[in-house]
Amino acid sequence: MSFIEVEHVSKEYISEGKSFPALKDISISIEKGEIFGVIGLSGAGKSTFVRCLNYLEKPTSGVVRIDGTDLSELKEAQLREKRQKIGMIFQHFNLLMQRNVLDNVAFSLEVSGMKKKEARKKALELLKKVGLEDKKKAYPAQLSGGQKQRVAIARALATEPEIILCDEATSALDPETTRRILEILKDINKEYGITIVVITHAMSVVEEICDRVAVLDSGELKEMGYVSRVFKNPHSKAAKRLIYDSERSVG
Amino acid sequence: MVGDSLFNVILSGTGETLLMVLLSTALGYFIGLPMGILLTVSDSSGIAPNAFLYKILDGVVNITRSIPFLILLILIQPITKLIVGKSYGTVSTVVPLTVAAAPLIARMVESSLKEVDKGVIEAAISMGAGKLLIVNKVLIPEAKISLLIGVTISLGTILGYSAMAGVVGGGGLGDIAIRYGYYRYETKVMLITVFVLVLLMQVLQYIGNYLSKRYDRRKA
Ligand SMILES: Nc1ncnc2c1ncn2[C@@H]1O[C@H](COP(=O)(O)OP(=O)(O)OP(=O)(O)O)[C@@H](O)[C@H]1O
Ligand SMILES: [Mg+2]
Repeated sequence: MSFIEVEHVSKEYISEGKSFPALKDISISIEKGEIFGVIGLSGAGKSTFVRCLNYLEKPTSGVVRIDGTDLSELKEAQLREKRQKIGMIFQHFNLLMQRNVLDNVAFSLEVSGMKKKEARKKALELLKKVGLEDKKKAYPAQLSGGQKQRVAIARALATEPEIILCDEATSALDPETTRRILEILKDINKEYGITIVVITHAMSVVEEICDRVAVLDSGELKEMGYVSRVFKNPHSKAAKRLIYDSERSVG
Repeated sequence: MVGDSLFNVILSGTGETLLMVLLSTALGYFIGLPMGILLTVSDSSGIAPNAFLYKILDGVVNITRSIPFLILLILIQPITKLIVGKSYGTVSTVVPLTVAAAPLIARMVESSLKEVDKGVIEAAISMGAGKLLIVNKVLIPEAKISLLIGVTISLGTILGYSAMAGVVGGGGLGDIAIRYGYYRYETKVMLITVFVLVLLMQVLQYIGNYLSKRYDRRKA
């Protein structure tokens, strides 16, 4: 049994009376401690997929199991508790603009029910971990993109999650900053054995940190395998296109 | 009317006006703030969509907002009498002022809370935050500057309404302006009351602007 099991998951969005299939019969298993990449062009369904993993989006059909628990069977309060063990970081950081850096990190702990004072103490430790101790009194508006994402990572880590979901976490950052953020993700994966799911449209991100990768196209899973294999010998058209295009843009 | 007594009349009128405005705005928030929160969360894009609740609240707000204040004042006189015991004077005016303030405030709170970045709300949900926590620790704190500006606008609007209530013996500066300035042709008194009203409005605006600049963290 895998740590994250996605079985025959489909998701249809209903908008203006019409239904639109964003995910079609996706089955993916992710192992504990793995860094798993999901890649695809814009609109492929990557965000929808990752949002199904913490039920921000409820699949139309199929099962999502985290550590053996079928998320559809959880009551609202149980789901909230489960989410505390699944951290998430976003492309646009999504920090609280009216809270300083320290209190942003403390926020996830407050959500988990910790008292403010204790939360701040723990938050400070995590800020040290991401190297932002000296910025604890600053507000997000005073930080660079890379610094904001480090705050978001500290916030996600604070509740000691078993999984971290990254939806285009480096897409708003320059290559150098991207490398530093990926470095941090790699470190926490090694240090704590946290399972990480990385959503990206950039091949370089997958190459840099992922063990395995799934290729999504128009809501369908086109290919899945070890990064080295998929890059050397892509089977699907979608994978070939992604790899070929990225090589061309680099070269 | 000269010197001391004029000063006293204006002073007590100012006191009455401030009492009416502050009290009815406070009561207005007591009703309007929860309404605004419910309007925000129950809307289709909110954290607890409920079309039925939204439609009802939206309807109530729209209807009360579309009645001109002077009409509202007269329309609810029986209710005012029932609550306060009489339908004129400072305390009585608080009733229609509150009824006018609540829907205005509800709308302003709604628009402030809807400005909060959807991504931040989603981040909170992903952490396992419940709805009440999201309202208390995300929506309201993140919207605090906009909410504060809303308070300034509400106070200003209610100040204007309170002056209007003078027409029907509502007490305060408006009452003085009507009684002395209009009925007794004492233009000087009227001008002084207008001056005091303008002054009050300016002070309000100044405090509001100062606080919102002072506490806004969104700029570097
Ligand atoms: N709430 C929604 N309602 C209707 N359609 C939606 C909704 N969310 C996403 N979609 C559609 O589903 C498809 C997949 O969207 P998704 O956001 O998962 O793509 P993505 O791979 O993350 O793209 P991007 O790289 O642009 O972020 C898109 O065609 C999108 O328009
Ligand atoms: Mg996306």
